[in-house]
Amino acid sequence: MSLFSKENGAVFTGPLNLNNPIAVQVLGICSALAVTSQLKPAIVMGLSVTVITAFSNVIISLIRKTIPNRIRIIVQLVVVAALVTIVSNILKAYVYDVSVQLSVYVGLIITNCILMGRLEAFAMQNGPWESFLDGVGNGLGYAFVLVVVGIVREILGFGTLLGFQIIPDSAYIDNGGLYINNGMMTMPAMALILVACFIWVHRAVNKEENK
Amino acid sequence: MTFIKNMLDKMKPTFSEGGKLSAFGSLFDAAETFFFVPSETAKVRGAQIHDAIDSKRSIFFVVIALIPAILFGMWNIGYQHDLAVGCTEDCGWFCQFLYGLAVMLPKIVVAYAVGLGIEIAIAQWKKEEVHEGFFVTGMLIPLIVPVNCPLWIIAVATAFAVIFAKEVFGGTGMNIFNPALVTRAFLFFAYPAMMSGDKVWVNAEYMDCINGTVDGYSQATPLGQLAAGEPVGYSAMDTIIGTIPGSIGETSFIAIMIGAVILIWAGVASWKIMLSTFAGGALMAYLLRYGDAEALNFEWWEQLTVGGFAFGAVFMATDPVTGCRVEAGKWIYGFLIGVMAIIIRVLNPGFPEGMMLAILLMNVFAPLIDYCFVQANINKRAKRAQIK
Repeated sequence: MSLFSKENGAVFTGPLNLNNPIAVQVLGICSALAVTSQLKPAIVMGLSVTVITAFSNVIISLIRKTIPNRIRIIVQLVVVAALVTIVSNILKAYVYDVSVQLSVYVGLIITNCILMGRLEAFAMQNGPWESFLDGVGNGLGYAFVLVVVGIVREILGFGTLLGFQIIPDSAYIDNGGLYINNGMMTMPAMALILVACFIWVHRAVNKEENK
Repeated sequence: MTFIKNMLDKMKPTFSEGGKLSAFGSLFDAAETFFFVPSETAKVRGAQIHDAIDSKRSIFFVVIALIPAILFGMWNIGYQHDLAVGCTEDCGWFCQFLYGLAVMLPKIVVAYAVGLGIEIAIAQWKKEEVHEGFFVTGMLIPLIVPVNCPLWIIAVATAFAVIFAKEVFGGTGMNIFNPALVTRAFLFFAYPAMMSGDKVWVNAEYMDCINGTVDGYSQATPLGQLAAGEPVGYSAMDTIIGTIPGSIGETSFIAIMIGAVILIWAGVASWKIMLSTFAGGALMAYLLRYGDAEALNFEWWEQLTVGGFAFGAVFMATDPVTGCRVEAGKWIYGFLIGVMAIIIRVLNPGFPEGMMLAILLMNVFAPLIDYCFVQANINKRAKRAQIK
């Protein structure tokens, strides 16, 4: 089978849209609520999860035939934990402020349902290249939702985007305007409603496929 | 009335299916059933209860019961403003009322326009008829916000509440939470600077009937003063009559009680919920009374007259959709609302006012209370039916 065959394409694009881990499988919601109050941490979190899912998928796929079935979960956890530690240290070294913002949630990637789900459901049965594509696809599908929610929450909650002021200063009520930032957007409760809206729109658009 | 009837009958074909203005069919339908009891009756299928009063009529009683609080609230807006400017002598009560009317009217219009607009759009889209629940909600929203709340914020919060607290659950009669309270909760958490503190209770716009404007005039509510540990600057009589700063409709205990009498007389709201809410609040206020009543100028029973306690107990807790439906359960439902409201007020430093959160919390538990009572009854009867 060639590297970029149609089946492999479907493995990659499926989780981006019709099998999106957040919008369709409703996995990984917890971190999606916690890290999306601003766009930057949302992007970093999405990329971290993508990298970890992709490489843990590859590693597990390579050793899938030698893992004893009864302890496979522990083996998977060890692999994921090692990758999470590496990513966490890289973040601390190069983007320290974001890693402080993400705090425990980088470490908690280890408990992300998407990771264990992909390892169990896909990497244990498929070859390394397919597993890699599946991991990248799922990670990006997850990252996409995070970015959308992050954009909405940062603009409405802080009036900024990636730290740059979007809503002009003169519009604020302190400077004679009318506008006030929406404090609800900075709370996880609103993130849950936004994710729900995303799922709502997604289901409305893909009505046929979801039946 | 015949004139209106003839006019509506003439207009009907334009708005029906295939007519020129069929896109506004649900709006026409709402207007027609507002004036006249609809001619169609429910299809005979299963058990039916026949009653002359439909939900449009019964909901109208709530709006009538709100009138004393609305009128007093309007006057109080003007009175508080004149008090702040220092011209209570120059301006008579009627002029103060007109000032309040001018401030209050845009809020009512915005709440109705946004809420009904969304409801009509959704009804048209789903091909259902417009439900009347929003008549009360749209009146309650302006009454439970501070006078300085900007109009666009009210519009955003109303839209949020109508969509996420009502329509996603299936519209009128299906909602878990009281939409007016969700509006207030959204405002409270999204724009806290506009909802609490001491700068929002006196209208600061230049609309004075005599002269002068107030720029961010500080005026703390009794609950705000208590939360800050200061003595209350208002006598018990002030809080009962309602000449204190506060959300527009909530200040006057007397006006709210007149509304309560109307509601109970019309049989629209449950007196059990009202009574038990006050009982629960009184008990908890007595148990958790503030240290020195004399120094603080605040007796424990005044907890029931300040803030939104009375307004919530009479108009919010008794909402037939979100409240308890089992008669015995209503006692527990109301009692716990009263208890929770005072606990939040006294023990939580972050929230000087607890009524909104207490009612929303008990909205969640109302179905559970119903379930327990119904299940207990089923078990009791099942036991009785068993033959030994």
